[in-house]
Amino acid sequence: MALLLRGGRVVDPAVGLDEVADVLIRDGVIVEVGKDLEMPKGIVIECAEKIVVPGLVDAHTHLREPGREDKETVESGTRAAAKGGFTAVCAMPNTDPICDTGSKVRFLVERAKERGAVRVHPIGSLTSDSAGSTIAEIGDMLGEGAVGFSDDGRGVQDAGTMRRVMDYAKAFDTTVIAHCEDESLAGSGVVNEGVVSTMLGLPGWPAQAEELMVDRDVRLAELTGCRLHLAHLSTAGSVEIVRAAKARGVAVTAEATPHHLFLDENALLEPVSGRAYDTNLKMNPPLRAASDREALVAGVLDGTIDCIATDHAPHAPHEKDLEFELAPFGSTGLETALSLVITHLVEPGDLDWAGLVGLMAHGPRKCLGLPEVWLEAGFVADITVIDPEARVEVSTDKFESRSRNSAFLGHNLLGKASETIVGGRIALRNGKVVD
Amino acid sequence: MLSTPHIIDMQDLTEADITMILDTAESFKEVNERRIKKLPTLRGRTIVNLFLEPSTRTRTSFEIAAKRLSADAVNMTGSASATVKGESLRDTAQTLSAMACDLIVVRHRYAGAPRVLAECMDAHVVNGGDGRHQHPTQALLDLFTIRQELGHLEGLTVGIVGDIANSRVAGSLIPALRTVGAKPIVIAPPTLLPARPDVLGAEVSNSLDDVLPELDVAYMLRVQMERSEGMPFPSLREYARFYGMNAVRLAKARPEMKVMHPGPMNRGVEISADVADSSRAIVLNQVNSGVAVRMATMYLLLGGGDSGTAS
Repeated sequence: MALLLRGGRVVDPAVGLDEVADVLIRDGVIVEVGKDLEMPKGIVIECAEKIVVPGLVDAHTHLREPGREDKETVESGTRAAAKGGFTAVCAMPNTDPICDTGSKVRFLVERAKERGAVRVHPIGSLTSDSAGSTIAEIGDMLGEGAVGFSDDGRGVQDAGTMRRVMDYAKAFDTTVIAHCEDESLAGSGVVNEGVVSTMLGLPGWPAQAEELMVDRDVRLAELTGCRLHLAHLSTAGSVEIVRAAKARGVAVTAEATPHHLFLDENALLEPVSGRAYDTNLKMNPPLRAASDREALVAGVLDGTIDCIATDHAPHAPHEKDLEFELAPFGSTGLETALSLVITHLVEPGDLDWAGLVGLMAHGPRKCLGLPEVWLEAGFVADITVIDPEARVEVSTDKFESRSRNSAFLGHNLLGKASETIVGGRIALRNGKVVD
Repeated sequence: MLSTPHIIDMQDLTEADITMILDTAESFKEVNERRIKKLPTLRGRTIVNLFLEPSTRTRTSFEIAAKRLSADAVNMTGSASATVKGESLRDTAQTLSAMACDLIVVRHRYAGAPRVLAECMDAHVVNGGDGRHQHPTQALLDLFTIRQELGHLEGLTVGIVGDIANSRVAGSLIPALRTVGAKPIVIAPPTLLPARPDVLGAEVSNSLDDVLPELDVAYMLRVQMERSEGMPFPSLREYARFYGMNAVRLAKARPEMKVMHPGPMNRGVEISADVADSSRAIVLNQVNSGVAVRMATMYLLLGGGDSGTAS
């Protein structure tokens, strides 16, 4: 089957491309990028006024299957991804049961093959049952298709264990993804420790609880030589540690989420939703101070932070409707990330389209060693078409995700994906998920 | 009329609101000294005391206040907490709404619950203490007691001593004192302080002895070991030595300085028995004021005999 993306602004910094051109796809592969391409038979997608980029990848998604299919499934989560312009998601292992063996990875791979709207790259658990003590079967999981390893949701508390795991992972040339949270410091914290924790009378989770572990894991990466990817950085201090580590050549990469980049703790005092103690603003790590947010944006713009990842964390309404201290952590993110980056970074002129491609397409692939996708003949046709002028109002009735717990409900945004193409298959067309 | 339909956070109340509540409480205090302590003012109105955390003193105080105003007061309490049964806060609010209650007093283990309830129902809400956040009627009765004892509030220096981090009493008293023009100083080791007491309007000291001579009131807080993560000081003995009010320390304070405590007291820890029983301690005056102040809040929120509604 052939597919022609006609007349879009094709942007891919990997091949130095930023011009109006056509992209011709046949049998799932890009066969030509150029002017006035001809296609005898096939589907033409008019892309005038649109931006055509390599498919976006989310390095940090919670699909909830198996175990909490009421919140999300492989099917609903990948539909949400397609809606958001992502051609692939990396599925975190904190399902029920935890994805910590080869057979559990295989389940996810097979389920994604049957029902996935986009690609799913499993992240395996770093330690057995993510309990932070014994090394999980990393080699076995890699063999079944895992692309990285993490105890996401919890930090590995014991430095000796983390060192052993990283030493072992090194043998397989894979990436360890660290959730950085020293539990002895974070305690029962649910919001940033500081002004907001004091004003709202909620337990605080200090920035240092993240920074100590970021620093520890960077040093362990130096000690072991294992590739380290730092999940959802939230503080200015963490950005500083990563910047210094990169300067001395440590193999470390990092991600930041849209909610940490575009919201700060003050959102809790004046929520756009109008709901006091809005549990959709409860996430782990918590929303931080305005100065932390600014440092994260600076880190994204200067390359200290390699990619923007959603930490899409769907939760059921009856759980989020609990008291703030009891509600689960997390916000959905797949369907808002691209619009948020366009609204807050591209539109004001801080980031160009090539920069967006770096942070949302090439960056996540590099962090996790996934195959590159360039807009050039011979590469697999994972492509996102962006309508930069679309107006988006974030509201509960427009999600493909099974859950509604977005931290951005009520926000008005600019730009969204109009087409998501996965290996030449159209997963999203005119902003609608293709069944 | 008050400027707010609910009493949830002291920062919502203006100085005029506070003065109105205290002045109204004066007249109810007089009623409480009569032989027949009952007014027909809120006859036919329903007040629910929703106490989802153990409490005897505060609940009783609210219940007496409601009954003296002839409201129908119903207690929903304790271990039968909706949360324990897995009901969401919104369901609880809707259930109470469906029963057409006029005013709900909420005591809750977690911060923010009264605010969330107020957003989902038509009734007026009075925060009877939420987690470590606020306990506004306690702050109001404290202001009432101080005004009675010292004649005024503006310009006074009030030292709040002890477990500020876990204290909803401090969470309300600090902004309340600010609003009426008094100066709150929180006095505690850093292990017992919230991250940013300054944003509530408090000055901070780590030494009771340093600031003691400045104080018009020493407000001693109970050490809430049950809310602490990790022991915040080496021993109760050492805590008492540096932060407890005792006769020796009292002798170094201004002769007119009063000692207050929201109760229940740990005698021998934050307050010695001789100080607690001395004329300088006005702890029972606080309890006595509590009923009058709570009557005043109910009366003002429910618009006296009129059918005032929230929101």
